[in-house]
Amino acid sequence: MPNLTVLDLLKIKEDTQVFLEAPGITTLLICGGTGCHATGGKSVKEALENEIQAKGLGQKARIVETGCNGFCAMGPIMVVQPGGIFYQKIKPEDIPELVDHQLIQGKPLERLLYKDPASKKTVVSQHDIPFFAHQMPLALRNKGIINPEVIEHYIARDGYMGAAKALLEMDKEDIVEQVRLSGLRGRGGAGFPTGVKWDFASKSPGDVKYVLCNADEGDPGAFMDRSILEADPHAVLEGMIIASKAINSHQGYIYARTEYPLAIRRLEIAIGQARNYGLLGQNILGSGHDFDIEIYQGAGAFVCGEETALMRSIEGKRGMPRPRPPFPAIQGLWEKPTILNNVETLANIPQIIIRGGAWYGGIGTETSKGTKVFALSGDINNIGLVEVPMGTSLRTIIYDVGGGIPNKKKFKAVQLGGPSGGCVPEAHLDTLVDYEAIAKVGAIMGSGGAIVMDENTCMVDMARFFMDFIQDESCGKCTPCREGTRRLLEILIKICDGKGEPEDLNNLETLSAMIKDASLCGLGQTAPNPVLSTLRYFRDEYEAHIHEKRCPAKRCVALLKFEINPDICTACGSCFRSCPAEAIEWQKKQPARINRDKCIKCMTCFEKCKFDAIF
Amino acid sequence: MIQSFQIEHPDITPDMVGRIDAVVAENRSKSGSVITVLRECQNIVGYLPVELIDYISSGLNLPQSHVYGVASFYSLFSMKPKGRHMVKVCLGTACYVKGIKEVISRIQNTYHLEAGGTTDDRRFSLEAVRCLGACGLAPVMVVNHDTHGDISSDKVISILEKYT
Ligand SMILES: Cc1cc2nc3c(=O)[nH]c(=O)nc-3n(C[C@H](O)[C@H](O)[C@H](O)COP(=O)(O)O)c2cc1C
Ligand code: FES
Repeated sequence: MPNLTVLDLLKIKEDTQVFLEAPGITTLLICGGTGCHATGGKSVKEALENEIQAKGLGQKARIVETGCNGFCAMGPIMVVQPGGIFYQKIKPEDIPELVDHQLIQGKPLERLLYKDPASKKTVVSQHDIPFFAHQMPLALRNKGIINPEVIEHYIARDGYMGAAKALLEMDKEDIVEQVRLSGLRGRGGAGFPTGVKWDFASKSPGDVKYVLCNADEGDPGAFMDRSILEADPHAVLEGMIIASKAINSHQGYIYARTEYPLAIRRLEIAIGQARNYGLLGQNILGSGHDFDIEIYQGAGAFVCGEETALMRSIEGKRGMPRPRPPFPAIQGLWEKPTILNNVETLANIPQIIIRGGAWYGGIGTETSKGTKVFALSGDINNIGLVEVPMGTSLRTIIYDVGGGIPNKKKFKAVQLGGPSGGCVPEAHLDTLVDYEAIAKVGAIMGSGGAIVMDENTCMVDMARFFMDFIQDESCGKCTPCREGTRRLLEILIKICDGKGEPEDLNNLETLSAMIKDASLCGLGQTAPNPVLSTLRYFRDEYEAHIHEKRCPAKRCVALLKFEINPDICTACGSCFRSCPAEAIEWQKKQPARINRDKCIKCMTCFEKCKFDAIF
Repeated sequence: MIQSFQIEHPDITPDMVGRIDAVVAENRSKSGSVITVLRECQNIVGYLPVELIDYISSGLNLPQSHVYGVASFYSLFSMKPKGRHMVKVCLGTACYVKGIKEVISRIQNTYHLEAGGTTDDRRFSLEAVRCLGACGLAPVMVVNHDTHGDISSDKVISILEKYT
């Protein structure tokens, strides 16, 4: 097929829009993200296809499988257009009734609609669900709207218009200038201004340069980049094409996590379609610019998310970081000038080019522009993907978008920024989403993982959890990180095991300061953050573990007695029924008792007891 | 392709050798392809016996120490044989907060299986992995290619019992 021209692109856009918006046709947008696949979305889609065929509704309804809708906790999800009717937790058995109501009688099926837990009211339209109402989708503008495996759908939503503008109407200085004006900062964690990074690489001498996309998404509790790739892979490709013109590069790589098979498959499909249309390859859109992209799969090492380690990994070596300078913009992949950007950073680029840097710069706060995507999870009602303008308060995210804490539990902290980040307690929930404001309270914006913890979370145990992760993932090249994190972990384990000593807290602090100062890369330099931030806000919990040998949240097994308080026990018997070791003695109307000889300390009864009677 | 080096290993059939040779031949001239070759060979054999690593080094014309160094660095690669069913439990933050610890201890107690280990009858291998990106369903376990969300210590055994 000959390369597309801009006129062809406009024609495809128009034709697809006419096709998608044809009157009298109902579009059933069924979520095909990893979450909905796991809850049975595929069989729902099959049932739907069969039912539509059986009822002869093929002319009236069209099924579109989209990427992740974002409201993962409610899956499988389907949105019906026109009307934006939002159905949740659909089962294949529901389909005949759903089709009858929605497509034949033309009225929504009430029992599968969203019910607001606060007001108990049924909500019909997706727009009116509080989870969506506060969001501003820019990076995720196509999520749940297009089929990510059909390039024409993307083109119908202005896809590749940014690339066309950049390649045909702008020179590289204009592109860099618009990105600089937008104020966009890297979404991969460090928040470095993207325009400045591109400017360095653009001015760096050399004929061979590379554009890399970081899709390694290593932070546990983060799934923003996976969702963007699953829902809108072309946006990332288009961002890379624009970047390639800005720095004059002809080859790009996407470094993708091997744990994300669906995202990788959609990227492969997208790259194939783009090549087919000549949107990748030689003489793109007749502009004379050549650029192609390859996917490189990682092999499970957290440190490979770090830029210099990632480049070593693409070169087929052990993924170990190296000191900077020289910066990758001067000497990166195979020693050539290279830029590396995060998936979400790149997904923002096409809109910035189409609408102009000033437009994007008009959203957000003084130093943080645009929107940020968060992966909201943990002890929160509305688990899912959230994109809010910078300057939104954490309280809004947790209570308005997130719907608060389930089971009437109290909020304790929200963990931002993964293993390099920190916890924000209740007292600082009015902090705004802004790189500087979040850093001030001892956390980092990070890549966007936001894990909410309720009162049953032990903060010393959380610090131990993160240190275990870091210690395991430390590549071992520099001593402060390799040995220091191991010593931190040993102290934390000791405290959780009830063997903590008073001087441990001082030792944690001294050691942390040393690791921060002396480590080679970002992994070690930020590794002590989870310890420091929990010490800052929850020192009393550390002290209870050390001085009273008590875990206030009742999570540290070594500090629990495994006894039942007969005054609180309601004799409901749920602990008795759930105990796998038959270690609980109970009869109706009698408080339960734990037989310590049989107890395997698996904690199941603690989870099951609604009355907090076990200690 | 003519290899100066033969491979004999009880877990590697002649058919597998053919496929391994094809992978090596395809990637031989590409720089930085070791990880890709190791991944594909592991997909063929199920794991990476030391003999296979030596065979790959000779095929790619790289020092054995280099290939071994790469294989041991990345957690994707295993040099030990795996069970028929691969059980991956997520040890990411969201799953941890939602109680994966109890699920893991239940699996360990029931099947006498440590994380990173395989049962004696090679039925299950258990691996504790970092975030599977399905935090919305936490706590999450993946058995072979099936993702099971919202699992709890009481449910996990009945799920696993279906994999014989
Ligand atoms: C240990 C470590 C892990 C990292 N992991 C990731 C990651 O998974 N994804 C990512 O985009 N950036 C990650 N980063 C940040 C990258 O080094 C780099 O700053 C970023 O990809 C640059 O893109 P951006 O400017 O668009 O954010 C990591 C950094 C460190 C130190
Ligand atoms: S933390 Fe388990 S899937 Fe993300």
